Amino acid sequence: MIVDIFSLGLLAAASGLLLGFAAVRFKVEGDPIVEQIDSILPQTQCGQCGYAGCRPYAEAIAAGEADINQCPPGGEGGVIALAELLGRDPKPLNPENGAEKPKMLAVIDEQNCIGCTLCLQACPVDAILGAAKHMHTVIARECTGCELCLAPCPVDCIDMLPVAQNIGTWKWSYPLSMPEPRRAAEQVAA
Amino acid sequence: MSGLFAFHGGLKTVRHKTESNQTPIQTPPLPPRLLVPLRQHIGNPAKPLIQPGDRVLKGQMIGQADGYISAAVHAPTSGVVVALEPVPVPHPSGLADWCVVIDSDGEDRWIDRQAVDYRQMHPSDLRNWIRNSGVVGLGGAVFPSAVKMNLSGHCERLEHLILNGAECEPWITCDDRIMRERAAQIVAGIHILAHLLNPREVLIGIEDDKPDAIAAMSAACAGTGYQVRAVPTRYPSGDVKQLTKLLTNKEAPIKGRSTDIGVQCFNVATAYSVHRAVNHGEPVISRIVTVTGHVRQPGNVEALIGTPFSALIDWAGGYREGAERLIMGGPMMGFALHSDEVPVTKAANCILIAGAADLPAEQPALPCIRCGACVEVCPANLLPQQLYWHARAREFDKAQDDQLFSCIECGCCSYVCPSHIPLVQYYRFAKNEIWAQEKEKQKAELARQRHQARVERLEREKQEREAKLRQKAPAKAASPVGESAQVPLETAVARARSARESVTAPATADSDAAQG
Ligand code: SF4
Ligand code: SF4
Ligand code: SF4
Repeated sequence: MIVDIFSLGLLAAASGLLLGFAAVRFKVEGDPIVEQIDSILPQTQCGQCGYAGCRPYAEAIAAGEADINQCPPGGEGGVIALAELLGRDPKPLNPENGAEKPKMLAVIDEQNCIGCTLCLQACPVDAILGAAKHMHTVIARECTGCELCLAPCPVDCIDMLPVAQNIGTWKWSYPLSMPEPRRAAEQVAA
Repeated sequence: MSGLFAFHGGLKTVRHKTESNQTPIQTPPLPPRLLVPLRQHIGNPAKPLIQPGDRVLKGQMIGQADGYISAAVHAPTSGVVVALEPVPVPHPSGLADWCVVIDSDGEDRWIDRQAVDYRQMHPSDLRNWIRNSGVVGLGGAVFPSAVKMNLSGHCERLEHLILNGAECEPWITCDDRIMRERAAQIVAGIHILAHLLNPREVLIGIEDDKPDAIAAMSAACAGTGYQVRAVPTRYPSGDVKQLTKLLTNKEAPIKGRSTDIGVQCFNVATAYSVHRAVNHGEPVISRIVTVTGHVRQPGNVEALIGTPFSALIDWAGGYREGAERLIMGGPMMGFALHSDEVPVTKAANCILIAGAADLPAEQPALPCIRCGACVEVCPANLLPQQLYWHARAREFDKAQDDQLFSCIECGCCSYVCPSHIPLVQYYRFAKNEIWAQEKEKQKAELARQRHQARVERLEREKQEREAKLRQKAPAKAASPVGESAQVPLETAVARARSARESVTAPATADSDAAQG
């Protein structure tokens, strides 16, 4: 009897500890569904979806105000992932928001930069380095390729260049000897 | 032979060892120009220590290990550094990578070589010495060896130190020849490894199709307590997991390392280079390369790192009729090269010039018939057919759930597949995509944090501005600050515009000047 009570007590204590641990370990901030959607979005922060960044778009999707096919940088893969998460059917990207294209990096032509700081103010991730009247430089590692710095530049000295391929970034490609199975989004579109 | 165990799966392949293992290792002439890549190992590329124009001596360190998992790179001969630039290297992509280009002065003059007494050295000093000598796994994996010599945190005491002389790839014979010709020096290297790792027993595994190598190694090991064991000739017995199973009957946990079960494994040629580094003060500046297949005189050469493949193919008598494809490594695990103007690296164990008959016929892949042949041969106990479905459909999560990363890319499954499906290509594709996605995720997370920080900062600044504005609202109404700031910007814009235009029209300016 004593043993029973003791072991039950132990069990209760243990599960209490476990729950406490779980509460800390799996703590979620804010709305979990928004977090999950946001973690699928590419964080380019370009605003092509029609919202002021990835997070606001995630909130709009969660609220049912925006569709899941409005993010061109996320591409088809992103739409499929969102569809899976939300239990919806995948669909092709909405062409009104733009088309999926290879990732590019902003490069400032440092000869012609006049140091006006306008690009710096536009960059959503503070990836541009520079002070007033000094030439600016893009930190390649942090640039998301959102293109938001292009329009404000008064002297058109920012170019978007493709990311150079080297041995470190090279990937084996999809085997060519067989036609690729049609992917989910295309099947829906057809 | 006592105490031998079997592993699951594997293949009997057609052997092509005698083509190249009948003659002793030869030394080709010193090439006039060497291309020494800074990335010849797993981990960070070496950091260059020289500049174009510098004179270097044979064995001089020209690239320094960068970080824990990295290895040093040395000048293979004396001469002048003529360039530090990207040069095509042996890689499936055919891309260029950073190389130190050295024009040899023909003197082949060594640095001052210093042997060290390893018995008197602190283990970490000895490991550092080996690391600075550029020693990496010469079986083809090129993992920095010094890292594997540090057991702290992995296991209490090493049970088995395994020396890998299995050499199971059907065409490669460089380990066979080095064991036959330099057994005593390999054993001298094993003494150093055993001194560092203090194993309970030392096992040397050699496939039983190499009787001469087994005899030579057994003779050299007499009286040392090291045990030479012949293992059945069955591909891929030379993979660490398979060789461990064969020799000890132990299997490492799926996601674990071999040290988790008290095993550490080195290639026999690696033991040889440990000996050269410690007892002779010679860093890794050459390796034995099998040149075989459709060349006139196949064989093994001791080639300086950086020697162009084309020079070795010439040395072997040149291409023979029927040469179809240039492969680095064996036909099972190697990869096709785009050109023979690439340098020998520490990973280059074999240059195979394959003929049409040596390669699996290029046949269009047919649908999988679910025959299960691939499952039977998979030495990693995986379900290759299942992995193939997932990789093909880009369902990478499911592929990972089915242990994609336990696949050793041995190629057994592709070899037996009656539908000629390039299974391993699918696995390589899937692994690469998963790594790339992982990198993308990290980058996205960084962008998310930076964006959030910016939003918060802007909000804070806005509030501060508003607070200030409220303080001196009456004064601000009359001040024309905004306009005066605008003027210099416009003039600057105009200046830059004209500057950019004059730069973009250099052709006309030049021709004008030429006429005038
Ligand atoms: S540098 Fe330009 S393209 Fe890159 S993240 Fe900033 S605003 Fe976008
Ligand atoms: S061997 Fe080929 S056809 Fe047979 S089950 Fe495996 S993948 Fe399918
Ligand atoms: S390549 Fe991978 S899946 Fe195929 S047999 Fe070898 S270990 Fe198994």
